[in-house]
Amino acid sequence: MSRLAAKFEELAQSGRKALIPFITAGDPSPGFTVPMMHAMVKAGVDVIELGVPFSDPMADGPVIQRASERALAHKMSLRRTLEIAAEFRKTDQTTPVVLMGYLNPIEAMTYEGFANAAQRADIDGVLTVDLPPEEGQECSALLKARGIDPIFLLAPNSSVDRVKKMDAVGSGYLYYVSLKGVTGAGHLDVADVENKLQQIRANTQLPVAIGFGVKDAETANTIAHLGDGVVIGSALISKIETNLDNPEQAKNEIVELLTSIRQALDCGLGTEGVQE
Amino acid sequence: MTEKYNMPDERGHFGPYGGIFVAETLIPPIQELNAAYQKYLKDPEFIAELDADLKYYVGRPSPLYHAERWSRELGGAQIYLKREDLNHTGSHKINNTVGQALLAKRMGKTRIIAETGAGQHGVATATVAARLGLECVVYMGAVDVARQSLNVYRMKLLGAKVVAVESGSKTLKDALNEALRDWVTNVDNTFYIIGTVAGPHPYPAMVRDFQAIIGREAKQQCLEATGRLPDALVACVGGGSNAIGLFYPFIEDESVKMYGVEAAGDGVATGRHSAPLCAGRPGVLHGNRTYLMADDDGEIIETHSISAGLDYPGVGPEHAWLKDTGRATYVNITDTEALEGFYALTHMEGIIPALESSHAMAYALKLAPTMGKDETLIINLSGRGDKDMQTMAKREGIEL
Ligand SMILES: Cc1ncc(COP(=O)(O)O)c(C=O)c1O
Repeated sequence: MSRLAAKFEELAQSGRKALIPFITAGDPSPGFTVPMMHAMVKAGVDVIELGVPFSDPMADGPVIQRASERALAHKMSLRRTLEIAAEFRKTDQTTPVVLMGYLNPIEAMTYEGFANAAQRADIDGVLTVDLPPEEGQECSALLKARGIDPIFLLAPNSSVDRVKKMDAVGSGYLYYVSLKGVTGAGHLDVADVENKLQQIRANTQLPVAIGFGVKDAETANTIAHLGDGVVIGSALISKIETNLDNPEQAKNEIVELLTSIRQALDCGLGTEGVQE
Repeated sequence: MTEKYNMPDERGHFGPYGGIFVAETLIPPIQELNAAYQKYLKDPEFIAELDADLKYYVGRPSPLYHAERWSRELGGAQIYLKREDLNHTGSHKINNTVGQALLAKRMGKTRIIAETGAGQHGVATATVAARLGLECVVYMGAVDVARQSLNVYRMKLLGAKVVAVESGSKTLKDALNEALRDWVTNVDNTFYIIGTVAGPHPYPAMVRDFQAIIGREAKQQCLEATGRLPDALVACVGGGSNAIGLFYPFIEDESVKMYGVEAAGDGVATGRHSAPLCAGRPGVLHGNRTYLMADDDGEIIETHSISAGLDYPGVGPEHAWLKDTGRATYVNITDTEALEGFYALTHMEGIIPALESSHAMAYALKLAPTMGKDETLIINLSGRGDKDMQTMAKREGIEL
């Protein structure tokens, strides 16, 4: 069983929800990321999504765009992101790490070269924002053959057919984008997410993590209980951005926010549905 | 290549190029657009309305003009100019925006967005949006806003909102990124009019089909003027829409040579250029696989060109295919050479070309003398130079 599958099974058995932080590798500097990952694990996160910096992050809002720009200014790349993941793995053999990024850096390495490198870095999942399943068969097969879960997105406007397709091609978990928009966008509608999740649940057994637009402990808690977990990205990266002159402070604030979300998630233990 | 050419396949592939590489939220609107495109491009009523707009609003057919003095001067091929500069709004871009706007109307979309580099596509989009009474937002890199300010003013006059994009290299590719972000946020009511043969399927095929009027007319006009097919075609290539518009109807005519001219900026060897077909590598950007300017890590490299409309790190996937199959040849022209082309046409024929089109003119300066006097060379004059007056005056040290 993959690390991701095992993690979600363990969470389901204890009735807990997954807390999944997203940070961009190498932001604000390459040395920041590995210690930050360990600190997040200490704060109680279950899976780490590591953003691969890209020059043209088309699906990202301004906060994650700037994170990419800061990382690229330090010559961050997919290769160096894999090095960071491997470094983290040396002292943490249990926390699943998922790479999230765009296709072109993978194309540059070739699919096979990337799949081999990801296996060496002991990566658990790969989410490629601009690689839908129709175009992604070759890459997904190479990843799966190495025990790496290809993770796919679902959106508010995804049809039932689309959900079934993702169920067939994806593994690890499905990532539900809670609103039409880019990362870090405005307001998400809880009732909409709740309705959509029912439709998704009816068509897949895979765990569903919900992301985009999650800003604080309260929204995280509400949203997490509609699925199997919650992804929080821009709100964390904002802490890095407001503390560029003091990365230690950024780290502390991120840990603080994640700790409060962890508490909220675990207190809401067993909450059935959500009253808005 | 005498066999029938029927690219792309149903998922938008031109061999290994093209396709649909977008985030999940854009899959439904792309499917919706593809359905509308498949339906209406065969619909007699739609075609009749499009033809009428092209004739009475755009001013088609555009003339095929025999540049006799310039041909004599160069001492080789007979040069004919396809006068897309005479279209309403001053370039070929309007052929496509008129078509996509008719689709938007039929699909019930109330809001139009576009990206623009030189501002010609932005103006052509703002124009059709004004005519249909649709809300219009145009994304334009901040660098381009500064160097094409005349077109910014035109768009605003036409009622469009122009958003200066400050991210990345602040040019065309970043405008495209921002337009995609807008689309993902406003998918329900918004139609994204892409200005070139790039983007996810069906855009490369659809924009080509709307621009192919250029080549269909040119073919007929050439037959009328010379009694035979042309020997060579030349067009500048940014994203590649004016070039594919001219080339497409000639693809099966194997005697007709086709030359696409990319922008070499300071020179391909300097790395400061916009010539992905000549000096790039295959990759995926903006929804399709094609030749790109990227580094070893797959990060997109900043491009350079004197002309905002060619300042783009990718190129339409069909050109990638035509390059690999050898059906078309791709060459490049530096900023300095483009200026020679600009002045040559201006002085020899009394026609001031856009800086984008000047790249095609500059290549003709090299190609025409190598051809016989009984041979015919058609150059796509994709736009007029009015928008570039400030840039040119500044280069000449003149304050307007
Ligand atoms: C006059 C003119 N020609 C050519 C281009 C390049 O676009 P494409 O390669 O799609 O024809 C532009 C783009 O702005 C333009 O304004």
